[in-house]
Order: sequence, then C-alpha cells, then structure tokens
Amino acid sequence: MKLTTTLLATTALTVAAVSAHAQDMANSLTLVSWGGAYQNSQQKAYVEPYLANNPDVTITWDESSAEAVAKLRAMDEAGNVTWDLVDVVASDAMRLCDEGLAMELDHDEMLAAAPDGTSASDDFGDLIVSDCFVPQIVYSTTFGYRTDMVPEGTEPPSSVCDVFDLETYPGKRALQKRPIDNMEWALYCDGVEKGDIYDVLGTDEGVDRALAKLDTIKDQVVWWSAGAETPQLLADGEVFMGSTFNGRLFSAIAEQDQPIAMMWDMQSFDLDGWIVPAGLPEDRLARVMDFLSFATDTQRLADQAAYISYGPARASSAPLVGQHAELGIDMAPHMPTDPANATNVHIYDYEWWADNRDDLDAKFQSWLAN
Amino acid sequence: MTITITEPKPITFAAPVAGLAGAFAGLLVGTAHDNPLLGLAIGFVLTAALAFVWLGVFRHERIARWVTFIAAGTGGYLLAGAMGALIGLLFGWLIGWFIFWLGEGRYRAKLPPYTTAQQVFYHFAFRVLCGLIFFFLITPIVVVMPLSFNAENFFTFTPEMLRLDPAGYSLKHYKDFFTNDDWQQAMWNSISIAPVATMLSVGFGTLAAIGLSDEHVPFRRAIMTILISPMIVPLIISAAGMYFFYSRLGLQGTYWGVVLAHAALGIPFVIITVTATLVGFDRSLTRAAANMGANPVTTFFRVQMPLILPGVISGGLFAFITSFDEVVVVLFVGSAGQKTLPWQMFTGLREQISPTILAVATMLVIISIMLLTTVEMLRRRSERLRGLSPG
Repeated sequence: MKLTTTLLATTALTVAAVSAHAQDMANSLTLVSWGGAYQNSQQKAYVEPYLANNPDVTITWDESSAEAVAKLRAMDEAGNVTWDLVDVVASDAMRLCDEGLAMELDHDEMLAAAPDGTSASDDFGDLIVSDCFVPQIVYSTTFGYRTDMVPEGTEPPSSVCDVFDLETYPGKRALQKRPIDNMEWALYCDGVEKGDIYDVLGTDEGVDRALAKLDTIKDQVVWWSAGAETPQLLADGEVFMGSTFNGRLFSAIAEQDQPIAMMWDMQSFDLDGWIVPAGLPEDRLARVMDFLSFATDTQRLADQAAYISYGPARASSAPLVGQHAELGIDMAPHMPTDPANATNVHIYDYEWWADNRDDLDAKFQSWLAN
Repeated sequence: MTITITEPKPITFAAPVAGLAGAFAGLLVGTAHDNPLLGLAIGFVLTAALAFVWLGVFRHERIARWVTFIAAGTGGYLLAGAMGALIGLLFGWLIGWFIFWLGEGRYRAKLPPYTTAQQVFYHFAFRVLCGLIFFFLITPIVVVMPLSFNAENFFTFTPEMLRLDPAGYSLKHYKDFFTNDDWQQAMWNSISIAPVATMLSVGFGTLAAIGLSDEHVPFRRAIMTILISPMIVPLIISAAGMYFFYSRLGLQGTYWGVVLAHAALGIPFVIITVTATLVGFDRSLTRAAANMGANPVTTFFRVQMPLILPGVISGGLFAFITSFDEVVVVLFVGSAGQKTLPWQMFTGLREQISPTILAVATMLVIISIMLLTTVEMLRRRSERLRGLSPG
C-alpha cells in the first residue's frame, strides 16, 4: 500500500512539475529557517498570506539554519541543491557570498520598493551588509536575569558589567559558547572604551586581557550553544543571569510569565535574513524571487513583529509595528531598536570578525578547555 | 531452607550498616539541597541512631516500624510538602524493614547455612552494585515521564508539581503532539519509513545469513565483514558517504533513499541474529525435505523458516528500532520532507526546549517496552509449543 501511495505521490509531483513548467515557476519551495518561535513568526507573517494568494504552491520548512553553511557546501559539492531560500545570520551570509554558494542580488530590481516609493536599497540602508543578503530583522544578544534571585537589599543588575561582578550578584551565568560578544563585553567591563574594543582585541595582549576578565567568572559560567538553552536555564533557576537572543527572553517573560527581566545594556545587534543558493534552475529561481519580493515587503516585515520582538529591517516598516498577535501588548517597547532599550548598544563589527574569527575561535576553545 | 536458623545480630554491626543505607538516602536529599556532604553525614547519624534505639532500647518490631514509617513521612512533609511526605513514607517503610532485617539476622534466611561472612558480604554487595547500576540507568528515563505532564513550557519541576497540586500537571504537551502538524508529519514519516526499511533488512539479511552459513560460498568472511560494516563504521562516516553517493543517484532527499539507507543499517542486526540461530539448525533437515520431493523454496518456507523464526523476528525488531531511532543518517540522506520523529526531536531540543519532546519520549519508551514484551512473550510461547522449555 505504501508503495502505491509513494508512486501516486511521485506521479502527482511529476504532474505538478510539468504544469509548473508551463508558467515557468516551480510550485514547491523549501525554506530553511531556525525553527521555534522565529520560524513560526515567518510562517504567520509571510508564508500563510503567500499561500493564500498562491494556493497551488506547497512550502516545506527545513530547520537547518544552524548548519546552513556546512550543508550548502555539501550540497554544492554533491551537485544537488535542494534548498530554495535560506535564512541565515549576516556573518554566514557573508561567508556564503564569498564562497560563491549564495547568489548575488540586485536589491532594487528584485525587491519591492517602500510604499512611499523609496527604493529597497535605501529602505534597508546599511543593513544590506552583503550583495547576497536580504535582511529581515534586527535582533540583539542581550542579558536576562531572574528577578527573584537578586540578593536582598541590592539593586537589580542594570549594566553588562554586573555579569562580571560576582560579589554583588552571586550565582551562575549563562554565556554563549563562542568568543563573539563575550570578548567585547569582557574588555568593555575591564575599562576599555567602546570605540577601542576592536583595536585592543586585535592584539595578543588584548585577547589575553579579555580572557583574563572572563577567567574571573569562568567557574560560574554555564556555556550554551542553542538559543533555547538560556530561557530554560533561567526558568529552572539554574542560572541567575544569561545572554541569549532578545526574542527568546521576550517569549519567556511575556508569553510564559517567568520571573525574568531584561537587561538591555550593551546589547549586541545582529542581523538575520535570506540568501538564495547559487545555481538554482530557472523555474525554481522564478518562484523564489516571487516569494522573496512578497516576504520582504514593508507590510510583511512589520507583520512579523506581531509574533516576535525583533525589529523589522526596513525603515518603512517601523511605524507599522503594532501589537502582539495574541497578547495584544504594544510590541514597540520590546524591540531592541526602541530608543529606551538602545541607550548603550554594542555594534558588532562583521568585517573584523570575518578576518579574525578562526584565530579567536581557536584561542577561545583552548581557553575553555583549560 | 528451614535449615538456616536466623539469630539476632549485634547492634555494633546492624547500626552502622543501616547507617550506610541512610547515608545514601541522605546524599540524594542533600544533593537536592546543594549540600551533599552534610546530607550524607546527617543521613548516616540519624539512621544509625534509629537502628541503635530500635534494636537496643525498644525492640518491638511492629510498633517500631510503624513509628519509623509515620515519623519519616512527617519529617518529609515538613521538609518538602506532599512530595516529601511521599518520599519520607517510602523511606520510613524501607528503613524500618531494613533495620530489623539486619538486626534479626534475617538476611541469612535464604542462604545456605555454611556460607561464611565474607560470602554473605559478596552476595549482597553484588546485589547492591547491580541495584545501583539499574538505578542510574533507569532514573534519567523515569524522570522524563512526570516532566512530560508539566503545565509549564519548560523542563522544570514547578513548585505546583512538587506539591502534587493538579494545577501543576496537564496533558497539553500530549495534545500538542497530536494536533501539531510538524509532529504529526514526523510521526507519519517515521511510521512509513521504519516498517519498509525493516522488511528490506529482514529479507536481504535473512537471505545473506543463509547463504553465508553455507561453507561452499567463497570469501564468506570478507563478504560478512562488508555486510556488517555499517554497524562498525562510525555512523557519521556512513551518513556522509551515503549522502554523496545517493546525491549522484538522485536518491538523496527521497523517501526511498531514506528507506534504503535505513535498510543498510538494519541488515547487520538481522545477519547476526539469523546466523546465530542457524548454528543450531540441522542441515540434514533440508536434505530430508528434498528427499521427500520439496523444492528449495518450499523447503525454505516450510522447514527452515519456522525454525529460525525467533532469530529473524529479533533481528527484524532491532532493524525496526534502528530505523525508528535513527537521526544521523536521516539528517544527511533525507530532506525536510522525510523529517522523522528523532529528527523532529533533535531540532526541537536545539531550537525550542519544549516538553512536547518529553511527551513523545514517554510514548516512545512505552511503545518500545510493549514491543519488546510482545516479542518476548511470542518467543516464550513458541518455545513452549515446541517443547524447548518447561514453561
């Protein structure tokens, strides 16, 4: 029976592919994303409206963004790219672009202009950090803490340097298992001016200095690698404070009612967006472009903010950000880009990290092992 | 075993040994309160003192055991509410029994009277060790089960759960599994892949085992080694190899690609179990069947197959579980359309730690237990029918 079903399905697919060819647009799309609440926001804001307009199309999700670079390399080598549109962070997009695995795009030609006529490249502005990259959201890596674990008679932590202050704020901390952000925060709290962080980090003494600062809290650190871990550790009371993506903290605080509070100081901004794998056949590419232009227009990006607290990448979307789809609370104050939250931010330097990542990864890993 | 006469043992022996059991319990409680050493010490002293009182001062077993039972329950309640009371009662019952079991020398009742003290010690040390191994193996699995009924969206024993408050429990994660499209799709993928892969493994594996058990086959050992290699080669290497090979054949990312890959992983299990049963198979039976005019196919199905069936079934079971539990190969060979349950659990654990995973894990554990029980019962039944065991 299984065989029959499979045969039928294969036939159906073939028929679909043939009829799609007539319109020069494939009818199936494989989107790669991160899973969880973030993918859900994409599903609600872009995919469901798109499917409503194009009922013939089927969309499959693959939650592989975390290994997107490795998998795309393997697909390229095997000559069998099965993905149509891949959601990656900006640094991965730059790597894929450099390796020729992602397609270079003309943003103005491919993407919708803003409602007032501003061209896409002006609307996205500086956030187009690579020719292959179509930004969707601005998110930040920042700290949250358990409000009920603040020692009595002490002010709640408000500065990133409180993370390094074990005397005033004793307890475990969750930090991401990578040098990015941690090294910058360590130097900042060791007294380096914000503007000089990358100059200092560029020297061996600077690296040692950052690691020495991290050494002061090393035995109190729980290292995480997936975004879901810190909310879990905080909800469990395993850690007092921890860094993670701001949307994860928002979800734990507002949707799950956990006794957690945000600490926006020195939040580290980063971007997430789409890339199109290089070398897609024409019919699939046509479908991808149709979807991409729809999914990154001003309204769609603003809609996404109703499901998750990440800032839309288009300037023209910001005024359209409304309320949470289920809770009905205003989303603007929960955005990392909200002026009240963004008083002291850390601007993560893509190019510096692209040049120094391998070296610092090695040093960081050997420090971790000691 | 009425020969063995149990006689009361000195308190100097019973009290410290009971204390050791108390120390272990104290260690567990102490660890939960972030002070294992203090827990260990308190557990030892309290239990040893208790044993001293019951055995030396007030030796009325029935009353003593009831008092221990109730006192430990009350103590547990004061320390940690309803859940503490439950654990306390259990501990009180156990320790009351243990003290008198030791003190009255009842532990020798089932051992031959000539066993030396050292032999008695080894006898029980062995059991304690086995018990500990069992405890550490099974606890992580058991802990998952109550957590899957959590009313929160985190892997956390909430205060409500520990108070045994019904509000702390819910079936929402089970509901999520049965209503969420991703999980349902993953379940159907698993259900449609595993049985087909199992059938292929059993078919090819059995034939290969029968062929390889024939001494006339050239290069038997080499062929056997190659067929078993998927079990020995690290999975990630097989997976990467299959990925590139299947991509060139156009099988990567297809249903049949995953089925074939899983069949390849399952074949070694079938070969090994069937080869083992074939050792006990009398070849003259096939010759006898041929002598009576049966062709090889009839001989296989009517004579050989029924005799090696237990091996085939257990091999098939292993092949099924391999396919059902497998995550590495399917991540490579499958595409998003073949997302199986383990794959969904894997991404779920990484991207959103949701107790739905625990609900699925609980159901999978129960299914595995039922599957193994069924097969074991079938096996015993067939043995009984064939008169191999007195059951």
